[in-house]
Amino acid sequence: MIRALGWRLAQAGMVAFLVAISSFLMMRALPGDMVMRIAGARFGYDNITAENAELVRAQLGDPSGIGAFFGWFSGMLRGDLGNSLVSGMPVSAEIGHQLGATAQLAGGAIVLSLLIGPPLGIAAGLRPGGWFDRLTLLLAAALKATPQFLLGLVLIVLVSIALGLLPAAGHGAPQHLVLPALTLALGLAAATTRITREALVQARQSDWWRFARWKGLREDQVLLFHGLRHVAVPVLTLIAAQFVALMEGVVVVETIFGWPGIGHALVHAVFHRDVPMVQGTALMMGLAFVLVNACADIAARLLDPREARQ
Amino acid sequence: MVRHAMLALMMSCTALPALAHDGVLDVVAPFELKGPDPIQSGNIFLKMDVVETLVDTDEEGRLLPGLATAWDTASDGLRWSFTLREGVMFHDGTPMDAPAVATALIRSLENGGLLAKAPIKDIHASGAHRVDITLQTPFAMLPAMLAEYRAAIIAPSAIKADGTITALIGTGAYKVTELAPPNKLALQAFDGYWGKPAAIETAVYTASSRSETRALMAESGDADVTISLDPASVRRLSGTEGLEVRSVAIPRVLMLKVNGTRYDAQTRKALSLAIDRDGIARAVLRYPEGATQMFPPGMAGWHDATLTPLRYDPAAARAALEALGWTEGADGVLQKDGKKLEIEILTYPDRPELPLVAAVLEQEFAAIGAKATINSTNFSEIPTRHTDGTLDTALFARNFALLPDPVGTLLQDYAPDGEWGAMGWSNTAFTAGVTAMAEGTAPEDTRARLVATLQAELPVLPIAWYQQTMAISDSVKGVVLDPFERTLGLKSVEWAE
Repeated sequence: MIRALGWRLAQAGMVAFLVAISSFLMMRALPGDMVMRIAGARFGYDNITAENAELVRAQLGDPSGIGAFFGWFSGMLRGDLGNSLVSGMPVSAEIGHQLGATAQLAGGAIVLSLLIGPPLGIAAGLRPGGWFDRLTLLLAAALKATPQFLLGLVLIVLVSIALGLLPAAGHGAPQHLVLPALTLALGLAAATTRITREALVQARQSDWWRFARWKGLREDQVLLFHGLRHVAVPVLTLIAAQFVALMEGVVVVETIFGWPGIGHALVHAVFHRDVPMVQGTALMMGLAFVLVNACADIAARLLDPREARQ
Repeated sequence: MVRHAMLALMMSCTALPALAHDGVLDVVAPFELKGPDPIQSGNIFLKMDVVETLVDTDEEGRLLPGLATAWDTASDGLRWSFTLREGVMFHDGTPMDAPAVATALIRSLENGGLLAKAPIKDIHASGAHRVDITLQTPFAMLPAMLAEYRAAIIAPSAIKADGTITALIGTGAYKVTELAPPNKLALQAFDGYWGKPAAIETAVYTASSRSETRALMAESGDADVTISLDPASVRRLSGTEGLEVRSVAIPRVLMLKVNGTRYDAQTRKALSLAIDRDGIARAVLRYPEGATQMFPPGMAGWHDATLTPLRYDPAAARAALEALGWTEGADGVLQKDGKKLEIEILTYPDRPELPLVAAVLEQEFAAIGAKATINSTNFSEIPTRHTDGTLDTALFARNFALLPDPVGTLLQDYAPDGEWGAMGWSNTAFTAGVTAMAEGTAPEDTRARLVATLQAELPVLPIAWYQQTMAISDSVKGVVLDPFERTLGLKSVEWAE
């Protein structure tokens, strides 16, 4: 366990280093004058002139220069992510606000997907080939194939406009969370339903299941005492893997629902060539991947201690 | 347990007031908040009645007293005095006096405000309620410049020594309770407001960059005032009960900037004849008509109904080019002296209509024998390639209402040229006319002559006039559609009975 955590820590260090370098190089490789883009973000397109760009250049120096990179990197080692080139506010404060909003959204999505996916998967797995199994397969395929922006709009039209139950978009009140989280959750649940179903079908064909039945447990007792733990391992691994898909989906969903998340922040920072914001955001996202994977490792070991004992 | 939680969730959902009249005035617009600095987001703060300017305007662009009740200039036109309104307080309770105003204006001047374009020598407080501005050369546009959002008056306590803004403290009818960039600005009526207090106690501004989302927020009643709708939403929302869709022509022009050193006046006119403006306006922008001249009808005094409108006549365009010595080559492209008529259209996708219009232009230029290529890239390429002289043509949207008076924009773009205006074009009489207008010494008919020159020489080819569209909920009354996009009339908006 300790060795595994040590490995994850080393991984986090490498992620930080690679993200810093690659995001800096990618920002440099983008076309267009960086200072012009920053000035455009600050003053608005209507007010972009060579004079304004020079003012920004005088204030910032050359944000694409190698000096800027080392300045940022040494700051990062001290825990200082620098200031946004557009707003001038500390990057850590902006990311704090936006990462918090994304964490709410991602957390809400995962909780909702767990409420939807595994129960449906278990119900389907108990009668493989039955009508319910085939229905969930159809639904899962349909949901997985629906782009999230479309799903989000459909949900707004149904829930907010036709039924008037929830606000269409916005951020701040708890009810604003439901629709965007549900949009993400439906896509995630499509996968967890199928994985749960497969794991359960596989379990029911195994020797240990038959043994449990033979020793006198009822089907529901086997499921409760042995089956759920077995099913939980692949579902957990899947959720960690889904985190990647979630981050992709978050960018789209945040834009549709006007949610001030980190995906949205990253897209805008790239648009505006706000290098410290891009580096800081990419760094936080990279570290979040490592953290999620580490948590998944620990949880999987707790659920299935056989590997640790060997 | 889970069942209880779900039940509680469902009940809390159904109990939510999704109806519009929830006691909060909700404004939704595409413009994202960047921070508390009026230079960056002042247009939003001004619209939301958080900050105010010394000079105000009406919907025709006439100047009105704002935080300054009067202003005058000495006979040499170099020294301006602004008399400040008395009894005005900032949201932090400090008085808005002459030293505070001077600090705010100097800060704007030094940090990229429009004032930097004025020949300002000095700004200083002269007594408690008078600010004097001294100029290097006479400049009649000064009061108009002070009406711009970047010259909004903010409290000195919010300005750090290096010019950074730490908080949003203005004098408007609403004060900030929460500023959460990029999406949210929550406001509360300010008790100490100098004028009539805001009728609605709380207001929230939400930035939502997607037009579909804004339309859905208007439709679901989440938004009381929704700014900027796409054409498809306009048609759908027009039939929605409880909503009113209104539009106004704004002084923003979609135009093709043409490098005058490569395309002389005759060639520019021929290219202009190749453009089907009405077709572009109807098919791409969903406006009733295209531009017939540079300035839209809403710009009183600048739109001249007697001018011969720009027309669409591809046959005449082709004939004009042939008369200029262009002949058709083997590949169907016109050529002269061994050089093909190749046009590069530089544009940017940030405004989604631009690449579409560029694609139409490509076809229309092909129809008269010119080979156009579209380069959809960063908008910053336009000023960059203007400056280094490599620009061929560029398609973009230009706002003439940075100031209530377009002279400021003309001075920047056409006297004689500018990044977002003419290139390789100059007309001495035009430059002199604009300069004289800016100084306030121009004769009466100058404006008409300037407009006629733009129409006759076409330094840029105007294509369409933009419209601003808003959806307003029936639950509110008193919302103002301002073509200069300075105000929504928010402080006097009331709930409808």
